[in-house]
Amino acid sequence: MNISVLDTRYTLVNTKEMEIKIDENGYYGEFGGAYIPELLHPNIEELKNNYLKISADPEFQEEFKALLKDYVGRPTPLYLAKRLSAKHGAKIYLKREDLNHTGAHKINNAIGQALLAKRLGKKKIIAETGAGQHGVATATACALLDLPCKVFMGVKDMERQKPNVERMRILGAEVIPATSGSKTLKDATNEAMRFWINNPDDTHYIIGSVVGPHPFPDMVTRFQSVISEEMMAQLQEQEGTNAPDYVVACVGGGSNAAGAFYHYLNNEKVKLVAVEAAGHGLDSGETAATTARGSSGVLHGFKTLLMQSEDGQVTEPYSISAGLDYPGIGPLHAHLYASKRGIFKYVTDKEAMDAGVELSKLEGIIPAVETAHALAALDQFEFKKDDIVVINLSGRGDKDLQTYINFGNY
Amino acid sequence: MTNRIEQIFQEKDREKLTIYFTAGHPKLEDTTIILKALDKADVDIIEIGMPYSDPLADGPTIQQSSMKALANGMNLDKLFEQLADLRKLTDKPVFIMGYCNNVLKYGTEKFCKRCAEVGIDGLILPDMPMHEFKLQFKPIFEKYKLKNVFLITPKTSEERIREVDAQEGGFIYMVSSSSTTGGSWGDSPERLDYLKRIQKMNLKTPRMVGFGISDHEALSMVNQYADGGIIGSAFIKALDENDLERSVERFIGKIKPPSPKKAP
Ligand SMILES: Cc1ncc(COP(=O)(O)O)c(C=O)c1O
Repeated sequence: MNISVLDTRYTLVNTKEMEIKIDENGYYGEFGGAYIPELLHPNIEELKNNYLKISADPEFQEEFKALLKDYVGRPTPLYLAKRLSAKHGAKIYLKREDLNHTGAHKINNAIGQALLAKRLGKKKIIAETGAGQHGVATATACALLDLPCKVFMGVKDMERQKPNVERMRILGAEVIPATSGSKTLKDATNEAMRFWINNPDDTHYIIGSVVGPHPFPDMVTRFQSVISEEMMAQLQEQEGTNAPDYVVACVGGGSNAAGAFYHYLNNEKVKLVAVEAAGHGLDSGETAATTARGSSGVLHGFKTLLMQSEDGQVTEPYSISAGLDYPGIGPLHAHLYASKRGIFKYVTDKEAMDAGVELSKLEGIIPAVETAHALAALDQFEFKKDDIVVINLSGRGDKDLQTYINFGNY
Repeated sequence: MTNRIEQIFQEKDREKLTIYFTAGHPKLEDTTIILKALDKADVDIIEIGMPYSDPLADGPTIQQSSMKALANGMNLDKLFEQLADLRKLTDKPVFIMGYCNNVLKYGTEKFCKRCAEVGIDGLILPDMPMHEFKLQFKPIFEKYKLKNVFLITPKTSEERIREVDAQEGGFIYMVSSSSTTGGSWGDSPERLDYLKRIQKMNLKTPRMVGFGISDHEALSMVNQYADGGIIGSAFIKALDENDLERSVERFIGKIKPPSPKKAP
């Protein structure tokens, strides 16, 4: 196989006319925008005016892609999972983001933004994290690039994800407990934004998914788009076509899905399947299925579909997977849902845990619990035997060992 | 009829004070008690905080008062119920301050209509961008004669400040420094420069300075360079659940001792 992330056929900045695309105010259809206090305006404006310029700069591209190759270990393999394929009666490929350094796709974005922050002249980095994966990725990028790093994490999540807290500390990051509100990812994000308001001059906020005020969703999408960029070349080589019939990915905020969908957004032949966590079930009142149970609203500086009360108070979602436990969804995905371009599926805790164990036994790969949601959604399709299905295997299950042990279904 | 807001700012020779408090806090039914106490006290404008689960621009004090109010059962229908007799309680200008999402979810039109019905003068939604205001909100605000209040900060460009001024809001909310609400004050040459710089711009909209003011000295200082000061967190901290009216009276008495003349 001869694909290189330096391949100029695939540029990070896609200038082609697209149907699904972001407008100048940061909207995908009716979702997105920048609902921010004036206090954040200068930072957001600076980012908006520079992110495309910087990320399209050949020197930036070269440095970014060299790190993705030599440090992260890209390109990640596209692996034909034979036993899983036999079970589902289709050609099922796994895009192995789990093999990235630090074990998930999050590192693509963390390195991209850390490099961008340096070019903006920023001296310090902040980030939020839920499960700790984005926090670890950011702490890693900051160690690599010699930037001091603070990671905000809900105190509840710090208890649930102790090993990742220590990982961040070993990497030299300061973990700051978020004690406000419900003390989880939503509040860690609020705290990070408040810190940014109070420290606007020398700090860049590396947001962890395709969420937040414009230009964050677009910027993170572009940094993650390396996933579908590689997929195209790999499918071309292995299948003689660069487009699959299905791309399937789990959606918390939606960054791994955005990256896996990006180059196919306007190729109608490719079905884009976004899988959300149903928690204990869509009607249980304990779910994180934002598109199924949410309504239009504004949180963390953007308009999206949101889990909220009648009165517009944001409600706490539930999922066994801390990485999918977010009350909103990126504006791109809200638009894919509203426009019906995306196919949205919902998977319960139990279905996900079973699918995680199944992949372990069939293919020798223990997936992250987030990723297991994407795998479980396969049962909701009837494939044709020639269908090419790519699952974005967003992360590995090492961090979830305790969850697997507690669930005990193996 | 000159409206209530204009009238306040026509009185040039005295220090002006706006007080913010969170509705439904400390106890659910305290909203009207605090309103009445503020009406009696030497306060010019009242801001009623509509509690939100995720108040991005607020520091710990207002975060906590908001969480408590929500836990007390505060919601928008309840708020409008409590404000049904607002205009029997006070003649002072009253603004509602909160976050976009509550208004959007309630329905902007319905929200504004109810504000107008109870006699609210205007709204302060710190996370509403200018662009969205013009697109989604302005026509509805105008229909119900509600004034909008935009925030500016020391980092807001002159161009943007002119744009805000052109919107003819109730007043311009000058955020005192780059911080969330309830920050510290202290001497700051940058802040003084900022206050002077904006004063020299000769804006047609009155200016009130807020975020971090907690004592008489700071309030007097901002009154020298702007049309008044806004106090929120320090007021909320001073509220005594067991002696609400007296604690309001005591706080205002301290922050605004009798007969202060505006410095020349
Ligand atoms: C392995 C993995 N997959 C998916 C996610 C969800 O994030 P996103 O929807 O942004 O890809 C996370 C978040 O922590 C994760 O760790």
